[in-house]
Amino acid sequence: MKGQVLWVFMTALVAALFAASLLVGPAGLGLAESLRALFTGQGDAVVLVMRDIRLPRAILGLLVGASLGLAGAAMQGFLRNPLAEPGLIGVSATAALGAVLALQTGVAALFALALPLSALAGAALSVVLILLLAGPRGGALALILAGIAISALAGAATSLVLNLSPNPFAAMEIVFWMMGSLADRSMTHVWLGAPFILGGMALLLSTGRGLDALTLGEDVAQTMGLNMNRLRLSIVFGTAAAIGAAVAVAGAVGFVGLVVPHLMRPLVGARPSRLLPAAALGGAAMVLAADVAVRVIAPDTDLKLGVLTALVGAPFFLHLIWRMRREEA
Amino acid sequence: MTLLSLEALTVRRGECPVVDRVTLTVAKGEFVGLLGPNGAGKTSLLRGALGLLPHEGRSNLAEMPPLQRARAAAFLPQGREIAWPVPVADLVALSGGGPAAVDHALARMGLQGYRRRNALALSGGEQARVLIARALAQDTLLLLADEPAAGLDPEAQIRAMMVFADLAREGRGVVASIHDLGLAARHCTRLVLMAKGRIVADGAAREVLSDTHLADVFGVRGFHAETADGPIFQPLDVVR
Repeated sequence: MKGQVLWVFMTALVAALFAASLLVGPAGLGLAESLRALFTGQGDAVVLVMRDIRLPRAILGLLVGASLGLAGAAMQGFLRNPLAEPGLIGVSATAALGAVLALQTGVAALFALALPLSALAGAALSVVLILLLAGPRGGALALILAGIAISALAGAATSLVLNLSPNPFAAMEIVFWMMGSLADRSMTHVWLGAPFILGGMALLLSTGRGLDALTLGEDVAQTMGLNMNRLRLSIVFGTAAAIGAAVAVAGAVGFVGLVVPHLMRPLVGARPSRLLPAAALGGAAMVLAADVAVRVIAPDTDLKLGVLTALVGAPFFLHLIWRMRREEA
Repeated sequence: MTLLSLEALTVRRGECPVVDRVTLTVAKGEFVGLLGPNGAGKTSLLRGALGLLPHEGRSNLAEMPPLQRARAAAFLPQGREIAWPVPVADLVALSGGGPAAVDHALARMGLQGYRRRNALALSGGEQARVLIARALAQDTLLLLADEPAAGLDPEAQIRAMMVFADLAREGRGVVASIHDLGLAARHCTRLVLMAKGRIVADGAAREVLSDTHLADVFGVRGFHAETADGPIFQPLDVVR
């Protein structure tokens, strides 16, 4: 698929999946009934289902998916490594730790936004740590190593919390939250997450030209006029805002940030500035589709979104590696 | 007009200076061959001059803001990095020189037929030519190239040298670190010999590639002749 056609197709696909997300659910509402309720606000229970349950779920699917795909593509472009994923700088792990602490201490039960706010604080902490560890001018390698160290530390702290958990139910709650889900989210989650996600995505989308130049390595990019420091800060802050907020409202949704850039590269080409918006659309499509799928596959058991994306994503990634190896041979 | 002006430029790796108070100016019309054994400081000199390494002393390029420097000098590093499989024309266009500059650079490197080819699927020598074309498309008065001839076949080596010599004749300046002394002697307008971070000789091939310099700096003995075909130099054997 070339040029305009692809963008039209991807946008249409995302729109269709967004609509599907609005129309599929256990309430079994009719199509006309659902749409009337959504747009006119007529029909009490139906309005509640559409506006307070399905609409925030669909919006969050769109935002979370787009931010994962975009941040994955940006991280791979910045590190010039196709195995990079948005969690590499430690944001996902620290945001999860923040959420887990909120669940463990009971703060999460105090008010609706306590958990996502705590997760956002965790993400902010990882930015401070990574800039301290890697230094404001640290190279790609320093950034990766600092990210791995922060992720490992946050992971260990999360395990510690689980380990010390007073009863199995609290531990179960934490484990289920960490699997990632969009179920039972409200518009409050949207209002909290959207500004960070959209702001982070805007910052990441602005890095396209810089990432293009980086295709030729840091030295050449700099001598072509790229301000390496500004690019690094845009990547770190953009990823932290978008992914931190995504984890805060949805938990850890794995494999989207890693797989989607690989899916889009054969379609739009490998040039980062073209890949970024395509990966955002691809990520949105993948998460929306997966979130519809969990409702269709197992309407009665609360199948977690993150479980499904990893279950489908990992074998697919293996297939990509297999194909890549065959092409190289 | 001076294109490159270094004053007591020093670059340190740890405490040890790898470029030690180097003063050098390069003017329009010069194709300077930067010579010296491995570890002499050639790469650090080029990167320090561009402000890519922390340095002491002065460099006119390092003092410019990034965008102004990008219009003053292009850099062709030793490591030939192409991270993604993008078409050759897109890669060359990253210089931001516009379609005319891209066409001109591709033509100069004999790459007109390569425009839509995936840069990563090319051979090492072809990739090297693409990256030279990328640097040319930046359309600057000065080109700093770090071992541009390394790993190229003889024809591609000579063609690259001829392109650089042409740039100098057009009134631009080129500084290229070169290990092949014969290639440097034949094509450069001026040679600069480095050892242990310092410039030990600067001038025409005959003076710079003298028996003493060769023995002291490279530890080799060579054959040098001025022929009707131009200067010919061939290293012969190791003396120490």
